[in-house]
Amino acid sequence: MIYNIPFIAVVAMIFIGLYTVLFKRNVVKIVIGISIIESGVNLFLITLGYREGGVVPIFTGAPADVAANAPGSMVLPVPQALTLTSIVIGVAVLALMLSLIMHIYKKYGTLDVRKIRRLKE
Amino acid sequence: MSEMSKIVRTLSNITFPFIMVFGLYVIAHGHLTPGGGFQGGAVAASGCAMLLVAYGSGWVIDRIKISRLSAFESLGALGFIGTAFFGLIFGGMFFNNFLVETGILFNVVPRTGFTGSEFNTAGVLTLMNFSVGVKVIAGVFAIVVVMAYASSLKEWKQ
Amino acid sequence: MNWFELITTHSPALIVATPLLAAFLTPLVSRINDTVRNIFVLIMLSITGLLVGILGYDVLTNGIRTYVFGGGSTVVTLPSGLVFHVRIIFEIDAMSIFMVFITIILAIICIVYSLSFMKKEDGLDKYYTVILLLIVSILGMELTGDLFNFFVFLEISCITSCALIAFWVHKGEALEAAFKYIVISSIAALFFLFALGLLYTQYNALNMAAIANAMQANSIQFGLLDRVAFVLIIVSLAMKAGLAPMHMWLTDAYGEAPASVTYIIIGATMASLYGVFRVCFTLYGGIFQTVVISSFSIGWIIVILALVTILIGVIMALIQTDFRRLIAFVAVAEIGYIFLTIGVGLTTLSDPNMIAVGQTAMQGGIFHIINDCLDIGLLFLAAGAVYYATKETSLNEMSGLARKMKYTTIFFLIGLLAVSGIPPMNGFASKLLIYESTYQLNPIISIIAILASIMLLAVFVKVFYSAFLGPKISKFENVKEVPKSMLIGMGVIAGIIIIFGLFPNIVIQYLVEPAANALMSNTQYISAIFGGV
Repeated sequence: MIYNIPFIAVVAMIFIGLYTVLFKRNVVKIVIGISIIESGVNLFLITLGYREGGVVPIFTGAPADVAANAPGSMVLPVPQALTLTSIVIGVAVLALMLSLIMHIYKKYGTLDVRKIRRLKE
Repeated sequence: MSEMSKIVRTLSNITFPFIMVFGLYVIAHGHLTPGGGFQGGAVAASGCAMLLVAYGSGWVIDRIKISRLSAFESLGALGFIGTAFFGLIFGGMFFNNFLVETGILFNVVPRTGFTGSEFNTAGVLTLMNFSVGVKVIAGVFAIVVVMAYASSLKEWKQ
Repeated sequence: MNWFELITTHSPALIVATPLLAAFLTPLVSRINDTVRNIFVLIMLSITGLLVGILGYDVLTNGIRTYVFGGGSTVVTLPSGLVFHVRIIFEIDAMSIFMVFITIILAIICIVYSLSFMKKEDGLDKYYTVILLLIVSILGMELTGDLFNFFVFLEISCITSCALIAFWVHKGEALEAAFKYIVISSIAALFFLFALGLLYTQYNALNMAAIANAMQANSIQFGLLDRVAFVLIIVSLAMKAGLAPMHMWLTDAYGEAPASVTYIIIGATMASLYGVFRVCFTLYGGIFQTVVISSFSIGWIIVILALVTILIGVIMALIQTDFRRLIAFVAVAEIGYIFLTIGVGLTTLSDPNMIAVGQTAMQGGIFHIINDCLDIGLLFLAAGAVYYATKETSLNEMSGLARKMKYTTIFFLIGLLAVSGIPPMNGFASKLLIYESTYQLNPIISIIAILASIMLLAVFVKVFYSAFLGPKISKFENVKEVPKSMLIGMGVIAGIIIIFGLFPNIVIQYLVEPAANALMSNTQYISAIFGGV
């Protein structure tokens, strides 16, 4: 049961993020909601690679009993590479969204989504 | 934004070289320890952003030309794609690691097993780590400088 | 090997690498001069077009071609001691090369058109850099054989196209459209990554052929995780492609971006559609051909959503007053047609007597992809030309433009006839295939599709009459014809439309039918990687 807690946390983060994107009115809060969803998905990817009793997957300087039956008792390294790429993409998307919000604030003077909408039909 | 007090400025002067050295260490040892291009570049760029916050955006923008930051960034990108093309020319396949077997730099094949590690290994990967690190430092710092510059212009304050 | 074979062997990597090198060199080249940069971009894209031609000829005559990045040779051999392939592999079959062919035509015409459309704007070196990166990402999405590589190129296309939609930052509507686009695209891409994680834990591989092989190998079971991953991938790619009820960003983004940017974003939407084709028929194809009940219900759900898309697109287009937004709603309806054929193809995949119906539907859908790109693209280019000449976007203000802008009127007329499916344009051939195949599944579907086509004709006759014919207005006295490079771009597209309309047999026999056959059974795709297992 205790090994299921990260997965419960992932589902909770994704639902909180979706609620924020759908129901909040401030544009900055929508961006924060997207950041929460992305953190949830990254946590999911890292949790997938866990093997019970595993150590950090670095070959050199590993303890001797791990050396005996490697790579059986190391945590999977491939999901960590996928997570890194996802974090980099998240940084780029966040920078782009914040620049768009700065332009929107300069043009409209407000951060309320209901007042920014002009394209309605 | 205006500059901060003298204590903050002095402390950021002292800690800035340590942050930059740590960032460059993370970039350079990307093939041995966790880290690599993006991670080390983000650490070093956050050190530069600390200077921006301590000294105020007006002071920094007077001394940094954004066009030179763009040229720096393009150099990093060209280094990355140029190394990939050299893999095509010298090694026979795109992105091939042509420096490991018979190269000039970084050409030691590491001893397999759980022994100590050497810095001179993993040929092309180390060069690509450096290129990506340079690009990330220039890119992230440029984003922060442009955002600080834009928010200090008169017509943006409402 | 002689030079020709060498270039053909390395062309998959060079097709993606040449625009990437050009994108990184453009900021340095544009410090010299503006004309030098324009010529440089055009030369690099022409080299890429040449490589696409060489690779296409090779794939259509010799079969599937693979390319292993960083390996010893292009022939795929398992590295010693490993069970799965660990390197990134590009795998090109007939469907991929069809989409790459469409993309490179869109890219070259877009750059030719934007040489004079964007001439008076500021910050053009960043514009060309970002358009080249967008072209790299679309080409990468269509050539790759690895799911995570597809995700990375998908995200690159999101970011670059969002930056291009918001190019005119002084207009508030463009900023709002770009913000909506980036929120929906990043949520779609995060769902895709979640499904990718689910597939990786089950099968321990990221390569599409390896996952398909592992799914079919051991006593075919379609477990809960497989179903969840399939639904998440289809939903995420349909969000990027504009299926109802996720179509709202498409009308905003197509309507507010500059016309040349809209033209290349059509290519990005088509690449997401290619992703849906690839996942439905190659990745999960082996399962659907034996598990009978699942693909029937999934196919029917997609058919119903596609019909809703067609109806929403056509009905909302009747009440629009903004020129480019109206054409964007018509684009949504056309994407509905392509999803209709995907649904019909999925429904018939598990029934051996209806395989011929499924194949005709797939051929109609794939032919409709290239027709849709060309027709809707030509309409957007003509609308962009009208905006360039008159600086007006509302239909209520325009009238009597045919006297001054003769060539634009003719090109708009050709695009209009092609979209509504009137012979002898190319829209007629693909829509006939769609009507035939959907009639055999259920007659009501094809009746709704035919009615939608007739309503499209009504919409466009109204637009054509009010914008181009009609009395002269005094404020349009000194409106001139648009510059030559825009006319050349539109003329080439109109020429291709007429040629495809007059000789559809040749196009179907050489381009469309190999693509449809490559999708119907995935054994060739898998055996190219696993060496004839």
